[in-house]
Amino acid sequence: MKDNDIKRLLYTHLLCVFSIILSVFIPSFFLENFSILETHLTWLCICSGFVTAVNLVLYFVVKPNASYKRSSLSHKVTRFLKCCIYFLMSCFTFHIIFVLYGAPLIELVLETFLFAVILSTFTTIPCLCLLGPNLKAWLRVFSRNGVTSIWENSLQITTISSFVGAWLGALPIPLDWERPWQVWPISCTLGATFGYVAGLVTSPLWIYWKRKQLTYKSN
Amino acid sequence: MPYTTYLVEKGASHNFVAEAKPPTVTMPRIKALMTGSLPGFIDVVRNLNSPALLEDNVIRQAKAAGKRIFFYGDETWIKLFPKHFVEYDGTTSFFVSDYTEVDNNVTRHLDKVLKRGDWDVLILHYLGLDHIGHVSGPHSPLIGRKLSEMDGVLMRIHTALLSKERETLLPNLLVLCGDHGMSETGSHGASSTEEVNTPLILISSAFERKPGDMRHPKRVQQTDLAATLAIGLGLPIPKDSVGSLLFPVIEGKPMRDQLRFLHLNTVQLSKLLQENVPSYEKDPGFEQFKVSEKLHGNWIKLYLEENKSEVLFNLGTKVLRQYLDALKTLSLSLSTQVAQYDIYSMMVGTAVVLEVLTLLLLSIPQALHRKAELDISLSSPVISLLFYLMFLVLSAFHVIVCTSAESSCYFCGLPWLAACGVMALISALLCAIMSVLTKIFVRGSLPSKNPAHPNSGWSELDLLMVFGTVGHVLSLGASSFVEEEHQTWYFLVNTLCLALSQEIYRSYFLRDDGEPQCCFHVEQGFAGATPALQDRTGYDMQEQDRVHMSSSLSEVLRGHEKWMVLASPWLILACCRLLRSLNQTGVQWAHRPDFGHWLTSSDHKAELSALAALSLLVTFVLVQRGCSPVSRGALALGLLGVYCYRAAIGNVLFPWQPDNRDISKGIIEARFVYVFVLGILFTGTKDLLKSQVIAADSKIKTVGLWEIYSGLVLLAALLFRPHNLPVLAFSLLIQTVMTKFIWKPLRHDAAEITIMHYWFGQAFFYFQGNSNNIATVDISAGFVGLDTYVEIPAVFLTAFGTYAGPVLWASHLVHFLSSETSSGSALSHACFCYALIGSIPVSTYIILVTSLRYHLFIWSVFSPKLLYEGMHLLITAAICAFFTAMDQTSLTKS
Repeated sequence: MKDNDIKRLLYTHLLCVFSIILSVFIPSFFLENFSILETHLTWLCICSGFVTAVNLVLYFVVKPNASYKRSSLSHKVTRFLKCCIYFLMSCFTFHIIFVLYGAPLIELVLETFLFAVILSTFTTIPCLCLLGPNLKAWLRVFSRNGVTSIWENSLQITTISSFVGAWLGALPIPLDWERPWQVWPISCTLGATFGYVAGLVTSPLWIYWKRKQLTYKSN
Repeated sequence: MPYTTYLVEKGASHNFVAEAKPPTVTMPRIKALMTGSLPGFIDVVRNLNSPALLEDNVIRQAKAAGKRIFFYGDETWIKLFPKHFVEYDGTTSFFVSDYTEVDNNVTRHLDKVLKRGDWDVLILHYLGLDHIGHVSGPHSPLIGRKLSEMDGVLMRIHTALLSKERETLLPNLLVLCGDHGMSETGSHGASSTEEVNTPLILISSAFERKPGDMRHPKRVQQTDLAATLAIGLGLPIPKDSVGSLLFPVIEGKPMRDQLRFLHLNTVQLSKLLQENVPSYEKDPGFEQFKVSEKLHGNWIKLYLEENKSEVLFNLGTKVLRQYLDALKTLSLSLSTQVAQYDIYSMMVGTAVVLEVLTLLLLSIPQALHRKAELDISLSSPVISLLFYLMFLVLSAFHVIVCTSAESSCYFCGLPWLAACGVMALISALLCAIMSVLTKIFVRGSLPSKNPAHPNSGWSELDLLMVFGTVGHVLSLGASSFVEEEHQTWYFLVNTLCLALSQEIYRSYFLRDDGEPQCCFHVEQGFAGATPALQDRTGYDMQEQDRVHMSSSLSEVLRGHEKWMVLASPWLILACCRLLRSLNQTGVQWAHRPDFGHWLTSSDHKAELSALAALSLLVTFVLVQRGCSPVSRGALALGLLGVYCYRAAIGNVLFPWQPDNRDISKGIIEARFVYVFVLGILFTGTKDLLKSQVIAADSKIKTVGLWEIYSGLVLLAALLFRPHNLPVLAFSLLIQTVMTKFIWKPLRHDAAEITIMHYWFGQAFFYFQGNSNNIATVDISAGFVGLDTYVEIPAVFLTAFGTYAGPVLWASHLVHFLSSETSSGSALSHACFCYALIGSIPVSTYIILVTSLRYHLFIWSVFSPKLLYEGMHLLITAAICAFFTAMDQTSLTKS
């Protein structure tokens, strides 16, 4: 049962990675002069859309949290609206945090905001899919020893690794190499993407490696 | 400058852009101009009190040749060349805020001297322009006025010289040059293009009048002037000069003279090369010199045969070209070669630093133990056999090195007693390290009985601190990271705030539902934790700790205070973001408009006044709560005095006073504040001493520490420029918020609190507008309330003004720890941590710089940072001494 779960986890994660790779190559067939560095903002939108779509599809197909039973239509709609609001909130929060970290306040607003959007895509949307709009559950998952399933565990790993990736991505900005990818926010978005991909790849492996030690208290 | 422009365009002149090598500070630049050598970075430190110049220079040669030299202007010259001038009047350059007196002081001699004409060399050094740059930047309206004044001075000198030439028929030479440029912020010291490019104009009736192209003057080195002047005056070229003759200057001479001058210059350079480079014969410049010397001989032979043909001319130009090439190569290879390193002394210093660091690192487990007993006995290693062996070996090595070394070596130059002391220190430290190591191994053999880490579960915060420190230390190896070090600290402090907020939220929300979730055990922790360091017992203890902590947290949190706790990290983050946009420092983004420049521009004086007053008010409100009534009054008066001082020197306005009143130096107001600073510090010390005598009361000690802290705050308020006063206010605000809502409820241990204080101290160092660049040191802080330059107070005040951020945070740390924590070992813990975290970057940096000493940016980036680090280390040492003193008082009390 457990190995089976891990296998499913691995496949879903590989699908996510695949969607990111697709977002790099597919647009060049439709758009002229498309490249990640030069038309960065377009790529950000496309990548964010792809990842969101794949996450939603996977959520409806795989249904990792089977505990959710009630299904009145109005409940579903409010839940969906709540998710949207949460997503927007997280975008704005990230934007504020970037500005606090020193991103320019007035110039490059669109760039900063799209970076916030892509980081929310990598972190908030999987959380919303898996945990729903439930702040307490989020806090539980992201505190020490709060996870209750491999899904939550992998969620924890991918989220943290995307944050760390974005954080590390900011480091090369002051260097005077004058490369095109050092421009704000390209290095950070690339760092976040790499962190997310790394998290996606490593989390199933890590869980597989540690499957003997991991004991979850079932609800 | 219409007259100068006219001279450059139409007159008989040669104009160049002379490139100054960093450090672009006055004293090294004067040295470069007069000796033609490349002064090192240590000369920046000596800039404040310049000792006499010992190297060979143009002035000395001129004096030896019996020339009469007059000098008016910057005092530095008189200190550099004592007894060289027949007549002189020095102007002290330290009143940066004064820019009219300094120049009038020079100009008033001009008429008399020009009329008398009993001099051979007249040197004038005008200071006003530099001062304007320091005070109000390169875009100040004062600059234009000053430049036209200088233009007038130049015209007067030039016309006087021309009229005199008509009598004597001997041509004069007028040299107009700058010692250094001015950066975008109006300062100098570093290596930006604006700072290193200086004008160099030579005006003489001996030159041919030719419509020169003014747009593209030739780029030359500043050091070239010495050789040119020496040739022009008919003096020997200074021995250590690496400059090459400015060829256009002698172009008008006959071929024979041209060749002779070039020959003189190349001979001097090749001699210098022979002295400095062991394999000089292989140097391409030297080979070219040999070739051109031979050609020159041929030319002379032809010339003496009076062969006036085309051949002679062609050969002459060929020799000329050959000489110029040789000069260029020689000059280049010399400028790169002359940077010699005294490896032996560097090794000795590095060895001492590394040994101390190893000792500190080895005693981490011991020092951070609950009992915090740090006893490294120095007496036992001193009498051991190893010590004597080491000492003998080192002495023998010292003798061998010093007798065999050819170049001069600082350490060999020390008296024998001092050298022996250093070697004894090295060997004693080594022995101490050995003894600690053996102790650890002995203890390591029975770890089961003595668990060394009773509480070793690392939280995310600890991890962040360790990684942050390591990352910062590693970043010092890259020149851009050194230039932009403030970014590193802002980044780390921001991350620290976010980590704190995460900790707060978790400990607050998760306990709210009553049932603690800590029973879900993931055996080895998750990605954020370090699995290796967690053993079972430590883990449980830590869990208990957290439960305990959070229960206390929910006790503390009631009503609006709860919201304050939740909001406090965000408040701090917002403060940091505001401060960050106050002063843009660094290199890459330093030119960006910032709030500080907006405030200091003369149009926004009213806003600046309001902001300064508000910051002083906030400062008072935040500081007064811990003081005794007497010092509270003193503080209020002192802060009022600070505002009066700033109003007196014209930085800020009183609402009831109109603009444009007369500006004084504000001596009385500043001294008025000093009285209160000393008074508050004195009361604090008195309270501390009292607490030591009356053993029981620890409250008095807390008050005493707070008073010392508030005295320092008052001093900082006096020294900070008015646009930096918000930095002080925000620093106090952040300290208050952190104390009240983060450190008290969350109960961090002493080491964590110390590191947080250190980080914030570093960030505030940069918030003040400092950078790793000599140019940003605010030397005007050293002259607050002083009539003339007095060395010791000026140096002290400048150092305090520069390092006010770290010092204030450290003194807050002392007060916080002695007031909050019950255990007596907190202070010694903190002292140890502070010393460790301060010394790790320095010692790593020393090694990095030693290995990078041939890096391209060694002089422009790494050396200034080394100076800053050295100063910072001194201040850290002083702080640690203060810690230890406090610790001793608490020990004797208990």
